[in-house]
Amino acid sequence: MSLTELTIADAASGLRARKFSAVELVRAHTDAIDALNPRLNAYITPTREAALKAAQQADEALVKGEARSLTGIPLGIKDLFCTNGVRTTAASNILKNFVPPYESTVTANLLRDGAVFVGKTNLDEFAMGSANITSAFGPVENPWKRNGDDAALVPGGSSGGSAAAVAAGLAMGATGTDTGGSIRQPAAYCGIVGLKPTYGRCSRFGTIAYASSLDQAGPMARSVRDCAIMLQSMAGFDERDSTSVNCDVPDYSAAVGRSLKGLKVGIPAEYRAEGLSAEIAAAWQQGIEWLKAAGCEIVDVSLPHTKYGLATYYIVAPAECSSNLARYDGLRFGERVPGDTLDAMYEATRRAGFGPEVRRRIMMGTYVLSAGYYDAYYLKAQKVRTLIRRDFTEAFQKVDVLLTPTAPTPAFAQGEQSDDPVQMYLNDIFTVPASMAGMPAMSVPVGLGATGLPLGLQLIGRPFDEETLLATGSALEQAAGFTHRPAIRAEATK
Amino acid sequence: MTYTIEGKTGAWEIVVGLEVHAQVISHSKLFSGASASYGGEPNTHVSLVDAGFPGMLPVLNQECVAQAIRTGLGLRARINLESRFDRKNYFYADLPTGYQISQFTHPIVGEGTVEIELSDGTVRHIGITRLHMEQDAGKSMHDQDPARSFIDLNRAGVALMEIVSEPDIRCPEEAGAYLRKLRQILRYLGTCDGNMEEGSMRADVNVSVRKAGEPFRTRCEIKNVNSIRYVMHAIEVEATRQIEVWEDGVEVDQETRLFDPARNETRSLRSKEDAHDYRYFPDPDLLPLVVEQAWVDELERGLPELPDDKRDRFVKEYGIPRYDASVLVAEQAIADYYEEVAKGRDARLAANWVTGDLFGALNRTGRTITDSPISAAALGGMLDLVSDKTINGKIAKEVFEDMLETGDSAADIVERKGLKQVTDTGAIDAAVADVMARNADKVEEYRGGKDRLFGFFVGQVMKAMAGKANPAMVNEALKKVL
Repeated sequence: MSLTELTIADAASGLRARKFSAVELVRAHTDAIDALNPRLNAYITPTREAALKAAQQADEALVKGEARSLTGIPLGIKDLFCTNGVRTTAASNILKNFVPPYESTVTANLLRDGAVFVGKTNLDEFAMGSANITSAFGPVENPWKRNGDDAALVPGGSSGGSAAAVAAGLAMGATGTDTGGSIRQPAAYCGIVGLKPTYGRCSRFGTIAYASSLDQAGPMARSVRDCAIMLQSMAGFDERDSTSVNCDVPDYSAAVGRSLKGLKVGIPAEYRAEGLSAEIAAAWQQGIEWLKAAGCEIVDVSLPHTKYGLATYYIVAPAECSSNLARYDGLRFGERVPGDTLDAMYEATRRAGFGPEVRRRIMMGTYVLSAGYYDAYYLKAQKVRTLIRRDFTEAFQKVDVLLTPTAPTPAFAQGEQSDDPVQMYLNDIFTVPASMAGMPAMSVPVGLGATGLPLGLQLIGRPFDEETLLATGSALEQAAGFTHRPAIRAEATK
Repeated sequence: MTYTIEGKTGAWEIVVGLEVHAQVISHSKLFSGASASYGGEPNTHVSLVDAGFPGMLPVLNQECVAQAIRTGLGLRARINLESRFDRKNYFYADLPTGYQISQFTHPIVGEGTVEIELSDGTVRHIGITRLHMEQDAGKSMHDQDPARSFIDLNRAGVALMEIVSEPDIRCPEEAGAYLRKLRQILRYLGTCDGNMEEGSMRADVNVSVRKAGEPFRTRCEIKNVNSIRYVMHAIEVEATRQIEVWEDGVEVDQETRLFDPARNETRSLRSKEDAHDYRYFPDPDLLPLVVEQAWVDELERGLPELPDDKRDRFVKEYGIPRYDASVLVAEQAIADYYEEVAKGRDARLAANWVTGDLFGALNRTGRTITDSPISAAALGGMLDLVSDKTINGKIAKEVFEDMLETGDSAADIVERKGLKQVTDTGAIDAAVADVMARNADKVEEYRGGKDRLFGFFVGQVMKAMAGKANPAMVNEALKKVL
């Protein structure tokens, strides 16, 4: 088996057994990046030299028996995580030359555990998008193809670069951030596993903010176990983030493969929404059968405020983003466009620095927070958000985990929906409610649709109960036996 | 006492409320570990958080919260056990993040009251609406270079307390008294140094005018006035302007104005129409601030004696007039000085010397109590010499002046100059006899009923004895012979 096909778990034991070296493992991935990135555009900034150097150090650690959980494992890092000395752009022109002198907590944790970063992955600009077409560095191509159709498909967003890189073998795993579905939806589109932890589980320190009350970092990998290994490293309390929660990080790998006997799985009626494709509805039913077979009890539940999720999200998230992005004014870092007056400089800088989708959300956010509209929009949205959270809390009194589709359709082609922002926003209709409620959620690939594209199912858990997600996810993974690989991938080019 | 301004249409009353920004004394900033000290080369007290770098998050400094609670307690105000930080969003070059973190809807301190005393002895209570915490901004200059901005973020993120009064102030004197009292309380508490020159305390003044008995009329806000004297001037100038506007049959516009002390006028800064829409919302990076009552109680137990309590104690314990006590508690250091001098001595005499001669000398030499050339112990030593009749009151003045100049102790000066009081009856009687002999005509007049001359004889005897005679004994001896 090619080194770019391995799971993290297998690579870690392979490295310890000296079947291959970290340098070999990392080089296989940086070579794959060299070969495929010009097409996929999954990486904004590949870091080949630094990665090979880190791989050598990993080999030294392995020799000395000082290896940690991720020693020598090549990972892609979403370009929203600040990495010390490595350009961090948020896929925006306004930060295209920004080199942070500090490391985000999540990436610092991964480095502490020996991970090797092979590059900074592409995303929607400032994580705003569901198709990875808003990046100032160009769109990412999904490595999957429809049967008999060469159209370039979107990888989903905003963590589309991470998803494409992991699916195509340009990284063994990658970090993502999820605000309204930015880990789960691209994971579903690219046929990989993506886990959004409970809000507060991973530190937001050093992650460029989109919507602070929603943003959460999480792992993306090709197996549930790999996500468990990565999350183990990424999670934990950080005193530099006041919203990070000080509670113990359990042994996530131990949850993978755990028996599901007696587990109550809720099926929320409201997710049978309009626009849900027949093949995804079928995949959902299949998932229900698999979990029944694994010993779960299936329970119908209701999350009555689901229908308000997306509308509420598109008030709260833009409101926070309009505030979070105010600092990019050309004064202290980032690109600056001169102007006759200070205001003119701000305007020119921000017009040149931000793409249309970011500008649209800043405008929406500014509007909903402004004096005459705050009560009607933002305050109302906060109240609805409370109701959405209460729906979940009530559901979790009856069940242990919820099973829903991740996205209403499989991946679509670049350009198919991009002219209609509202249509685009609907891609996140199933992922947004869990984000609004701060619940952990995961997408697991369960099969291929009629056109040969991967389909994902979403599991939503109780706060800080990522273990049940991992246990249930691994059962789905086992049952589905999802071993399909995309058309464009590292091994295929050899 | 009702203060009014006479207009063409009669008397107008003024209504004033003050918003005071007081910089918190703390080692580090409100949301970062950077130093909060004043001065320093530009950008030497800045963390990545203060500079608003991508991915940086605020972490609340508990010391600043404690200072705000102490201040609230000192203002006899309600402490809100749950408060919240909001973002106040507006484009302002001095705000690195593009918003200010401030408490808007849920401040840490609620209603309180400050007692003020006016020059005629009237005591009034000025209501406090709220006290909330917020970050200070940085400083940027855009006119130094065509293509670059110069930025100093040393102040950015320093904790401020905004103390908002009710519109209870009715004259410039009350405004001055309120600000002085507030400053005094803050300094006692050690929560703000109250230094208006360095900008660590500044006031926004809300002024309106009305005819007696009317509801409030439109107010104008005068921003950032940086001395108590200017606040008092600004109120008068602005009230006079508003009265003229009303009397011309025009409405006063609600707006923000600047006070120009050089031209003694206020000028429009921005009108209500283009007032900022701050777009407040709860800061999602910070959890609601919840404090335990037990902690508040602990902070309360640790509070120093506050000026009003100290004044009342001085009156009771030292038997000095309320006015003197007020003067002595004006600053903690003065109060401490006084108590050291008064301890075990004649407290009234001590008060007279401190408020009279010592303050006079400090004023003359431009010094403060903390660098007084005469220590409390030294002044006490001099008072001991007066009490045990080694020197009399007149000589004491001379000794005091010498102490000021030389820094010597009173005992040394008395010794060196031979100023010891003469209590030898023989010497006094001799001097008395001599004065009587040389002023026989005056003696006649005195005995003829001109009682006022007694003082003349005392003066002559004292003069003859170079001021060192015990005045009581001189009186006695004179009465005997006259």
